[in-house]
Amino acid sequence: MSSEVKEPAAAEAGTANETGRRLNMIEAINDALDIMLERDPDVIIMGEDVGYFGGVFRATAHLQEKYGKNRVFDTPISECGIIGAAVGMGAYGLRPVPEIQFADYIYPGLDQLISEAARLRYRSACDYIAPMTVRSPFGGGIFGGQTHSQSPEALFTHVAGLKTVIPSTPYDAKGLLISCIEDDDPVIFFEPKRIYNGPFSGYYDKPVEPWKKHKDSVVPEGYYKVPLGKARVVTEGETLTVLAYGTMVHVAEAVCREKGVDAEILDLRTLVPLDIEAIEASVKKTGKCMIVHEATRTSGFGAELSALVQERCFYHLEAPIERVTGFDTPYPHSLEWAYFPGPVRLGEAIDRLLKD
Amino acid sequence: MADRPAGQNKPALELHVPEPRYRPGDKADFSYLDIPPAGAQPRPDEACDPRETTPLVHDLIRVLGDDDRAHGPWDPKLDPETLRIMLRHFSMVRAFDERMFRGQRQGKTSFYMKCTGEEATSVSAAMALAADDMVFPSYRQQGILIARGYPLVEMINQIYSNKADKLKGRQLPIMYSSREHNFFSISGNLATQLPQAVGWAMASASKNDSRIAATWVGEGSTAEGDFHAACTFATVYNAPVIFNVVNNQWAISSFSGFAGAERTTFAARGLGYGIASLRVDGNDPLAVYAAEQWAANRARANKGPTLIEHFTYRAEGHSTSDDPSAYRSAQEREEWPLGDPINRLKKHLIAIGEWDEERHSAMDLEAAEHVKATTKEAEKNGILGHGLHQPFRTMFQDVYEDLPWHLEEQAAQARREREIKWPGEEPWA
Repeated sequence: MSSEVKEPAAAEAGTANETGRRLNMIEAINDALDIMLERDPDVIIMGEDVGYFGGVFRATAHLQEKYGKNRVFDTPISECGIIGAAVGMGAYGLRPVPEIQFADYIYPGLDQLISEAARLRYRSACDYIAPMTVRSPFGGGIFGGQTHSQSPEALFTHVAGLKTVIPSTPYDAKGLLISCIEDDDPVIFFEPKRIYNGPFSGYYDKPVEPWKKHKDSVVPEGYYKVPLGKARVVTEGETLTVLAYGTMVHVAEAVCREKGVDAEILDLRTLVPLDIEAIEASVKKTGKCMIVHEATRTSGFGAELSALVQERCFYHLEAPIERVTGFDTPYPHSLEWAYFPGPVRLGEAIDRLLKD
Repeated sequence: MADRPAGQNKPALELHVPEPRYRPGDKADFSYLDIPPAGAQPRPDEACDPRETTPLVHDLIRVLGDDDRAHGPWDPKLDPETLRIMLRHFSMVRAFDERMFRGQRQGKTSFYMKCTGEEATSVSAAMALAADDMVFPSYRQQGILIARGYPLVEMINQIYSNKADKLKGRQLPIMYSSREHNFFSISGNLATQLPQAVGWAMASASKNDSRIAATWVGEGSTAEGDFHAACTFATVYNAPVIFNVVNNQWAISSFSGFAGAERTTFAARGLGYGIASLRVDGNDPLAVYAAEQWAANRARANKGPTLIEHFTYRAEGHSTSDDPSAYRSAQEREEWPLGDPINRLKKHLIAIGEWDEERHSAMDLEAAEHVKATTKEAEKNGILGHGLHQPFRTMFQDVYEDLPWHLEEQAAQARREREIKWPGEEPWA
């Protein structure tokens, strides 16, 4: 990561300097979009409420004002239309960045994503490509109930031809989003909305600290990239490996800190393509692996991670791989904190891993 | 409602499930269809308000009359040489369909779909567009490729999935793609090309380009949600796009009533979105050309999208996997009141003294010979099921721009299997 940082020292030290402003994740995403609109005249942004209003989460604030309605515009409420039109725009030669207001509402666009965007390069033998980045807020922990909390990443990681990217810090959100927009493959960019304004420990009854106090909120001005397919080592450790992404990176970090576990936490950042080397190296070192995600358990991305670790690190494993996930139910409203994979569920899994 | 006792509807409600008029063994009679005389339909200005097309959505724009002559304001007044070119394209498309259908029956490929009776909806429409206008076809518009001069040998290479197939044997036969001919990659998923065409047209407009987009969809697929999304986006952004709805009466075994045709026309749908809409005799090549040209001029002048319903008849089975005698009257084809588009154009050219039977027979023979010779040429590159035409590695390429590690691993597996299953047989490029 540090190789891409313009101000690595500032970022590591968590101190702001003249170029390293502190931004929350929304501001970092807005900054990435602003930079790419400026750099590439073929980048366009479209989606429900993204234009004049600047998005329901403010991710596209002021962009229409700055770049005009040809570049940043509102769309009808039709996810199939948004993604289908983006495929056509990509075929023309544009580089569309459509927004789906909530990941829970991406399903009407699935045929266009799975049957079209993902396969266009393959089926046309490169006659046509779909260089688009679908941004969408995802994940729970905000009392969003059934249709504002889902984590559908496994639907996309299962599709050949799509890339799936999930940031967990403002610094990564900007650098990864720029990489996604420049990538010629279709990318699903899921933004964990629980941590738009500050990292979340999973201790829902404690006050949330804003990003401004976190070292990864130092976001350099201007253009930089965080490469796709590379995990981030959040903490180095010897006792066990934690594989996480999005909000759960912070939950895992807080729980390991609380329990005093010397864990090596990997923020996967990109699910496809996956940083298998980083995973393999870490699990072979620690011999223990805990996989954490908010999404439901059965056939979730954790199952793929577990299988890969089992296949590649079998003789190094000292305990069964643990999967800490959401339950196999729709996301409930009032029972949110019973559903969410929080400190108790993570803690029990850690205890099982460490019991011998 | 409150003063109405529950469960007291009189008479009891009934579910209406549409049923076509004629099933196998029935005598077909299309006299119920209201076929207006050629030349009787008004031609509004291309820049008109969409509402001015209202009378046309329940009418049928026709140019060629029973006297084989062109009539009325929709006559595109094409010169005889252009008409002869159109006729040659028709002849080629039909000869091609015949040969490829036979090729499938002979086991040279797995699948084929003819467009018999619908040649005008692709050839005549394509001829009214500019070569750099982008087309987003469905699977029954092979006429566009032929009208645009795409080499027949490339079409056959694709159908045979042979070693010269530009799509590397990845696609089902007839799912062509040619960027060079501004012909978008065909997908098996129905109606997905509609919002894509709108997006392409929006992109062209946003770049102040002059190119427009045209897309084709069968009447059956207008029931897909993508049709609604596309019409909404097209009207909202005034996109320079043409929707060609090819109403050939049949979606495999389902008659057009299952797409809503019992109650309204498909052209009338367009009007509901605020899109200028025309309903055209799809077997009248001059009417199809004129409507497409009207829509193209409208789009080029920033006056927005047009929906054209081409009223036609699917004369053959849906595909080589389909037997229409299992669900419709065998008489329908001969009784179809709008005739055959090729025959109608031929008779018109003869009527105006620009063609004759001898030349027509010679043309058909020449087309058949050309297709035959081209097929032989393509067969040198292999046919489906004879040998391994594509290096295995190509199976893994182009999923992404670069090969990720997991595909590298799987490609290595495929290579090991190749050495066991087909030792020494194919190159590993």
